[in-house]
Amino acid sequence: MREYLMLLLSTVLVNNVVLVKFLGLCPFMGISKKTDTAVSMGLATTFVMTMASASCWMLEHWLLMPLGMVYLRILVYILVIAVVVQFTEMVVRKTNPALYQVLGIYLPLITTNCAVLGIPLLTTQEKLPFVNSLLYGFGSAAGFTLVLLLFAGLRERLALAQVPGAFIGAPIGFITASLLALAFMGFAGLV
Amino acid sequence: MFFAVVSLTILGSAMGLFLGYAARRLEVEGNPLVEEIQAILPGSQCGQCGFPGCAGAAQALADRSAPITLCPPGGRAVVQALALKLGVEANLSDVKDNVPMIAEVKEEICIGCTRCFKVCPTDAIMGAAQQMHSVFREACTACGKCEEVCPTESIKLQPIPVTLHAWYWHKPVIQPMQAVSA
Repeated sequence: MREYLMLLLSTVLVNNVVLVKFLGLCPFMGISKKTDTAVSMGLATTFVMTMASASCWMLEHWLLMPLGMVYLRILVYILVIAVVVQFTEMVVRKTNPALYQVLGIYLPLITTNCAVLGIPLLTTQEKLPFVNSLLYGFGSAAGFTLVLLLFAGLRERLALAQVPGAFIGAPIGFITASLLALAFMGFAGLV
Repeated sequence: MFFAVVSLTILGSAMGLFLGYAARRLEVEGNPLVEEIQAILPGSQCGQCGFPGCAGAAQALADRSAPITLCPPGGRAVVQALALKLGVEANLSDVKDNVPMIAEVKEEICIGCTRCFKVCPTDAIMGAAQQMHSVFREACTACGKCEEVCPTESIKLQPIPVTLHAWYWHKPVIQPMQAVSA
């Protein structure tokens, strides 16, 4: 139990997928203009990332390794991720049309979120057992959601702040993101 | 090699079948009329109709809660196409076929009051108090706000002069009315 908690803490805060590993920056900058869309995007990504971690582990251990086809790993992982994303899109469209409108193009673009491919590859590289891989994926996605939410809150305030003309919009966003990354460096050594 | 081909084929087909099944189960009954109306509208998402974009306008048109003359950039041709699609009478009398416009300052009567300068949403007007104003063509969106506040009517929206850079295709010619009723 302690091990799992440490794993979660490590993936959410210490090795945060966005601010420490610098994966998944596109939705981080793209969807962080409003907190409510940020939360929804985070939840969709969490679902996809957890499912992708679990199914990639299963494919890796039950298909690729026994048949000696590990050289096809990236191909198979991308296939799985694409299927999970498509499925998520259908579910969101069915259950929450408003959210579907808001997320728009970013929902299918979860497929190209490098964090979604990166996390299963990392867990494979570290040879984690199934539950650990699942938690690794879930924790990373939770960290992604957390940072997305924090950053969206910051940007909502930035929109009202007086920013020097040259920095309005994306530039001040990038500066804020780097400061947030610096702040997250403070978690190093926590685990 | 053999195993790789076979297993990947099976994997891909299984996932494809799963997605196909899920698509059937989770199908959303969209209104096909909305999509057809959206195809008629210009799709420039200008928001001049008061809806948040052409999709919103198409939804309202399909619900019959908006007049078919709601789209200024579409002009008469769009009104006619909408009338045909929705099966209603088209009243073309108050629809103008607008050409692209731009604000222009009549220099001899501009008094330099800076009112237009203050209301311009795109900062397209240059000038200072008691100085003649002029318009940056690249920035002007022809919103018409300056025209409303000008005390001397010196700033007016004018059709963009035709040059090599500003040339555009003419809007589709309106078909005779019997084509609509047919």
